[in-house]
Amino acid sequence: MNAVVKQDAPTRRNVHMRWLVNGEEVDVSFAPYKTLLEVLREDLGLTGTKHGCELGECGACAVLVDGEPLLACLALAVECEGRAIETVEGLARGPELHPLQSAFADLGAAQCGYCTPGILMTAKALLEHEPNPSRERIKDAISGNLCRCTGYQQIFEAIEEAAERMKDSVR
Amino acid sequence: MSVKQRFDVVGKPRRRVDGRAKVTGQTRFADDIVLLRMLHCKLLRSPHPHALIRSIDVARAQAHPGVRLVITGKDFPITFGILPVTQDEYPLAPEHVRYVGDPIAAVIAKDEQTAFEALDLIEVKYQPLATIGTPEEALATDEPRIHGYSERGNIHRLQAFEFGDVEQALAESDHVFEDVFFFEGNTHLPIEQHAAVAALDPDGKLTLWSSTQVPHYVHRALARTLQMPAAHIRVIACPNGGGFGGKTDICNHEIVVAKAALTLGRPVKICLTREEVFYMHRGRHPVLMKLRTGATKDGKLTGMHLQTLVDGGGYGSYGVASTFYTGALQTVTYELPRYKFDACRVFTNKPPCGPKRGHGTPQPRFGQEVQLDKIAERLGLDPAEFRLNIVAKPHSLTANWLKIGTIGLAECIRQVVERSDWKKKFRELPDGRGVGIACSSYLCGAGLPIYWNKMPQSGVQLLLDRSGQVTVFCGATEVGQGSDDVLVAVVAEVLGVDPFDVRCVTGDTGITPVDLGSYSSRVTVMMGNAAIQAAERLRELLADAAAEQLGVSPERLAFARARVFLAEDPSKGVSFREAVEVAEAKFGTLGAVGSYTPPKAPGKYKGAGVGPSPAYSYTACVVEVEVDKSTGWITVPKIWIAHDIGRSINPVLVRGQVEGSVYMGLGEALMEEQVFRRLPPKLSNAFVHKIPSMLEYKSLTSLDMPEVVTMLVEDPDPNCPFGAKEAGQGPLLPVMPALANAIYDAIGVRIDELPITPDKVLKALELKAKGLTPRVGPDRFPNVPYPEPMLVPPPWEGGDGNAIKEPGKSPLKKRTEAVAS
Repeated sequence: MNAVVKQDAPTRRNVHMRWLVNGEEVDVSFAPYKTLLEVLREDLGLTGTKHGCELGECGACAVLVDGEPLLACLALAVECEGRAIETVEGLARGPELHPLQSAFADLGAAQCGYCTPGILMTAKALLEHEPNPSRERIKDAISGNLCRCTGYQQIFEAIEEAAERMKDSVR
Repeated sequence: MSVKQRFDVVGKPRRRVDGRAKVTGQTRFADDIVLLRMLHCKLLRSPHPHALIRSIDVARAQAHPGVRLVITGKDFPITFGILPVTQDEYPLAPEHVRYVGDPIAAVIAKDEQTAFEALDLIEVKYQPLATIGTPEEALATDEPRIHGYSERGNIHRLQAFEFGDVEQALAESDHVFEDVFFFEGNTHLPIEQHAAVAALDPDGKLTLWSSTQVPHYVHRALARTLQMPAAHIRVIACPNGGGFGGKTDICNHEIVVAKAALTLGRPVKICLTREEVFYMHRGRHPVLMKLRTGATKDGKLTGMHLQTLVDGGGYGSYGVASTFYTGALQTVTYELPRYKFDACRVFTNKPPCGPKRGHGTPQPRFGQEVQLDKIAERLGLDPAEFRLNIVAKPHSLTANWLKIGTIGLAECIRQVVERSDWKKKFRELPDGRGVGIACSSYLCGAGLPIYWNKMPQSGVQLLLDRSGQVTVFCGATEVGQGSDDVLVAVVAEVLGVDPFDVRCVTGDTGITPVDLGSYSSRVTVMMGNAAIQAAERLRELLADAAAEQLGVSPERLAFARARVFLAEDPSKGVSFREAVEVAEAKFGTLGAVGSYTPPKAPGKYKGAGVGPSPAYSYTACVVEVEVDKSTGWITVPKIWIAHDIGRSINPVLVRGQVEGSVYMGLGEALMEEQVFRRLPPKLSNAFVHKIPSMLEYKSLTSLDMPEVVTMLVEDPDPNCPFGAKEAGQGPLLPVMPALANAIYDAIGVRIDELPITPDKVLKALELKAKGLTPRVGPDRFPNVPYPEPMLVPPPWEGGDGNAIKEPGKSPLKKRTEAVAS
């Protein structure tokens, strides 16, 4: 151990655990004060998940934990042992985009693209629960995800388009 | 300009070229950059709105485990500022802090947490000074001065221009309208917080990655403040996670991490917290304004006198330009024979204001369009018809010597009237429901660069190689608006290839030609024209070589679908790749550059540099509202907006820009405000930001957003690439006044200030119930010591674009003669 580590408080020593991230088991080691968001971005290199406030206000960091949307900036990483975590990096199947991703790209639902990963994950959870949501349900589902670029119209349309494309692929 | 009439790429709805990266989370924003041995930086910011720094002791912070460096103002002797006339900021304030949040020291440590902890260990002794919180206080308080260089006391800048005798025009008018309006300040709130990473390259040079809209200006500021040759500095603008003008200034933290990386020889990163982004600000200036406008009884405007009082905050930023812009564009929408404009920007102890979407023009636009609504009512005219009747003439000059090109405004008005069913709704909807209309115009790029020079404002370089690969380089900055897509589309259109086959490298001062940045809605027009020039130069070489191969003359060849072929017989031709091969064999390695400089503006008076643009975009908007008279709550079910885009390069993106503008404008109209409050004396009496969080700074969510009907009016402008105008800023402008006008139609009250909140609606309804004037807004306009105006005759009064009288100078003999002739 070098001198710097010796001076660190015990609470700063890394904890080790095993997570299921995007369908793969990963061993992760991180400082125990870190949030899920910080561990995803800083310790696992999954920088696709974004941050806009770190206070649970903007929705940019939404990921799926056990299939449900969760603001990663408000979740302590130590609470995630054994949970299944899905991030935007896990959406595509190999080179093939998820229907939400292709619809967002085609219909202008991603302008700067910064809120996009959080909205994609939130919309994925919505479509898994409700394959054919109304416009009102879509508005409601993403009301915790702020977007400053689009005015939301093209996002609503992309989610509706993705729902159609997913139905077609099921048929 | 390209002569091509039929387009293969332009005008077709397409997935943007960077769309896949954005939906897979692979777009690399500044905070996504992780470098080996990277350290982290945090800034210590002033808790006082106005104070002198007596001492800073960094010894304890420096000794904290994990801290690698602590720097303060003494490490930065040289000031910076975006405008050459206001180089008034230090990277870290050495002795004088001017707002709560002014950075004074920086800690660089092994991780963010350690740096954050060490901030607490820096001991600073302050001597608080009296706080100047409002423009009125600034006007009344000469000492203490926030800046020594201000024109007088705390008045930063005074400007006054008169284009024709406005008092005479008003005296001869059938009606004169006088109104005072207030537009509260608000901020950009990009979802991405500003971040920057600085590192030394293996050869010892410096690279800075930053979420900036203006890498070229950051490059210049780093060379100045770090006293290094610019050639040893490379600034890379990462794609911005939203900018809206909030990343167009030089930021303290960019210079601080650069200095730290140079000192330590290791990469250093900073990412601002959301609270810090509110302090960084540079957002919409709060503006109090008075408009006096004359009209004839049949609805023609005769003259306007506009006075603005602009609350600048603690530093100059873009403020001198912002202040000019509170008056510069009042003349380009409607015919206005005479115009007078007085402006005053003051310093106050608040985060500096600067450019936000619409830069200085939304505030007077709000006042003007609400006043036009009042004028129409008094004259008994339909406000849409009234506006149609006074739309400025295409290809004309304005009273303040701006050259207008095409104007699609009349068609925009007709379309929103038609689609919204205006004639059946206006003054016809039941009590509590109403519609309002407003129009606007905006620049397609500022005519002059920020620092005086004669060089192009945008440069593009193109490379072709024998594999058929096309690579385009440009300093333009992708902030989400789709500038990379425009660049690629333009090149693909000219060369007849698929956009997906063009590689694009942008926003990197180390390898791309200079483009001044993503501000003033300049990118499509300036970068687009430069790209066309470069691509046409290469197309000429390809055509020459391919024609020789085919045994025809080059002018008979067409370029489309990755082929070069005989226009009258498409079966006779070669593939694009083959054309490149024969051209490379004939001419050697293939490359070309293009550049763009806007046309020279006709105005010659001092101050004429703000306002000219290669073209102006126009917008008309109808807003429908429902007002709950018991709560004052405002619901907006639907908005119709028509935008004169000239021509859409990619209609998917244009629509996104228009609807994003509607969204942001509606937020400013209903709820967004950057406001401040004094803490009670027992807590320090400091003047602090009321709501530095995303939760408390209200903005529209998906649930608040109305349905938007977007119409694009295409009237190609000859100065623009394929005729394409801007779309990113202009469509924001009419939303706020259209909403205010709709509220009047719904419940008969005037709210002459923004935002229009339920409490203001209730207050106005209360006044109405008491039989008093049903209006909420500023009561008076303070006595501002505006100077004598510079007199500039408008074009139709014999002027030549020069002033005939400048304040403090005797009348200019030569120019007077010129006017008389």
